[in-house]
Amino acid sequence: MAEEKKPAPPAAGGRANTKKELPEHFKAYKHVWVAVEIEHGQVHPVSYELLGEGRKLADKRGVELAAVVMGDDRASLEDAAVACFEYGADCVYLAQDPALAHYRNETATRVLTDIVNTYKPEILLLGATNLGRDLAGSVATTLLTGLTADCTELAIDEEGSLAATRPTFGGSLLCTIFTLNFRPQMATVRPRVLAMPEREAGRTGRIVEFAPGLVEDDIVTKVLDFIADRDSDKAQLPYADIVVAGGLGLGSAENFQLIRELAGVLGAEYGGSRPLVQKGWITSDRQIGQTGKTIRPKLYIAAGISGAIQHRVGVEGADVIVAINTDPNAPIFEFAHLGIVADAVTLLPALSQAFARRLRVNRLAS
Amino acid sequence: MHIVVCIKQVPDSAQIRVHPVTNTIMRQGVPTIINPYDLFALEEALRLKERFGATVTVLTMGPPTAADSLRKALTFGADRAVLLTDRYFAGSDTLATSFALSMALRKIAADFGAPEIIFTGKQTIDGDTAQVGPGIAKRLDYNQLTYVSRIVETDLDAGTIRVERRAEGGIQVLQTRLPVLVTMLEATNEMRRGSIENALIAARAPVVTWNATDVGIEDLTKCGLRGSPTIVKKVFAPTARTEKAVIVDADGSADAKAQALVEAIFARAPTVEHELNEQAAHHYV
Repeated sequence: MAEEKKPAPPAAGGRANTKKELPEHFKAYKHVWVAVEIEHGQVHPVSYELLGEGRKLADKRGVELAAVVMGDDRASLEDAAVACFEYGADCVYLAQDPALAHYRNETATRVLTDIVNTYKPEILLLGATNLGRDLAGSVATTLLTGLTADCTELAIDEEGSLAATRPTFGGSLLCTIFTLNFRPQMATVRPRVLAMPEREAGRTGRIVEFAPGLVEDDIVTKVLDFIADRDSDKAQLPYADIVVAGGLGLGSAENFQLIRELAGVLGAEYGGSRPLVQKGWITSDRQIGQTGKTIRPKLYIAAGISGAIQHRVGVEGADVIVAINTDPNAPIFEFAHLGIVADAVTLLPALSQAFARRLRVNRLAS
Repeated sequence: MHIVVCIKQVPDSAQIRVHPVTNTIMRQGVPTIINPYDLFALEEALRLKERFGATVTVLTMGPPTAADSLRKALTFGADRAVLLTDRYFAGSDTLATSFALSMALRKIAADFGAPEIIFTGKQTIDGDTAQVGPGIAKRLDYNQLTYVSRIVETDLDAGTIRVERRAEGGIQVLQTRLPVLVTMLEATNEMRRGSIENALIAARAPVVTWNATDVGIEDLTKCGLRGSPTIVKKVFAPTARTEKAVIVDADGSADAKAQALVEAIFARAPTVEHELNEQAAHHYV
């Protein structure tokens, strides 16, 4: 709720301690950790993205990078450990327990908190997924430490502290947040905000076994069932190669069909900017931007989207951004690679045809 | 049955403007609303009220003007409004916010009865952290159910609740014991319209107003900026990319423009064209 801090402290309550004065008992906290997200034996790709970034932070600090894997199935935990090493981890904390078969806040919070208190990392990173956000908030509150959500950039400052940058004020500005005097420094990052690192086959590290000692009868929350989504139900925006999106410039919900048509021609995923969700033109799982999905496609076509910062931070990882907008001064032209000043409603049907024509010619030629 | 819904008054973010020169937020004249995600929590609470005859208390922390949002919640049918306000709360991060709210919730429990369910929205539209709900749950030792898409069953006699929760790749069906903190997923219900009768009641209804001392906070260093482990050192506008978009300049018809744009796109991203051709080849062989 009141998570936005003002840049200037108010007179009331006294000035916060903005200098680094780390208490003695926190000085033993060392190393960079990633809490790996495993559901149904599968590691969420965001965990590898975090290991890639964690590797850079650990190198800058001259410390180790470790991954925490939790679950019940030995084989999938060992597979995950191998993958973590190959994506850059030096060490894997492996917690195996029948009670960790499915993610539950209660068990995961307890085990992760215990491992943190035992081995004392200075930085702890999690994915900003439903699971990661559910877990990070509980762990940070248990440890009474700072947590910065949905970071778009992580760095180490000259004092060796984690500098976590995220959008603020509804995505109008960016701010850099520090947890100077508490440990670990915690942060979450959304899927696809960070690049997927190269996998180095054969790279290994050491496994530290951690016995969670959970007793199922003591755990009050039970997982009764899991109803898997049908693939066709859900937008696969974050990992799509081509994405086509529309904004208010389309003028009406009916015109959003033009976006779907172009996406169909290109075999692309489609989405839209935040106002379209608020207007009910698209469902929230197709929202692109800071509060929706972050994408990193090879090609992103934005039609009738002005390009507010909260949208920008969600698409900046795209290789090629193409903007279609009637306003030559729209902010989207500040970060797009290619642009055309045109009305999306008239251009989109012509664009679908032009793409179809080009691909047909290519097919005949090959 | 007692239900508390935590809400936040937020700026209508679509209308936030940043001063082009000073990069500061221009707050003047920006209308405020109840955080839209909180309305799904409030509606769910009101449905339980109808079903079980529960009492619904709405709680917010904020400046005195946040009472407006509480009154709005009363017009929808909430029974009681509590405003937690104190200059010592200024600059709270999520940890300090969950501390202050948990103290207010303890006093609510003491004065009006312990809530079986505390609701929050899944996150706010201004901070977007989704951290305060879990923070409150942990501090009060309530069982935590986040991203709930449906409350399947509430059994007051057995003291249990069963919900569907949005997880990665599917829906988790969870059962746990009351009391719980539930964060509701968006678009899970439709907010009712406030009744004229309730609006009249709300206009005259007292808003219970508490400060830090009222809720039993003795150590003020746990509040506001001083109680916040996170420190905002810098607020800034993102730098523009050094190269701006190459503008495809084509005259005439939409077809001519589209043709020029396709050529420019594939010149810039030849591998995309190559892969599209490969996919097409697979499809049509």
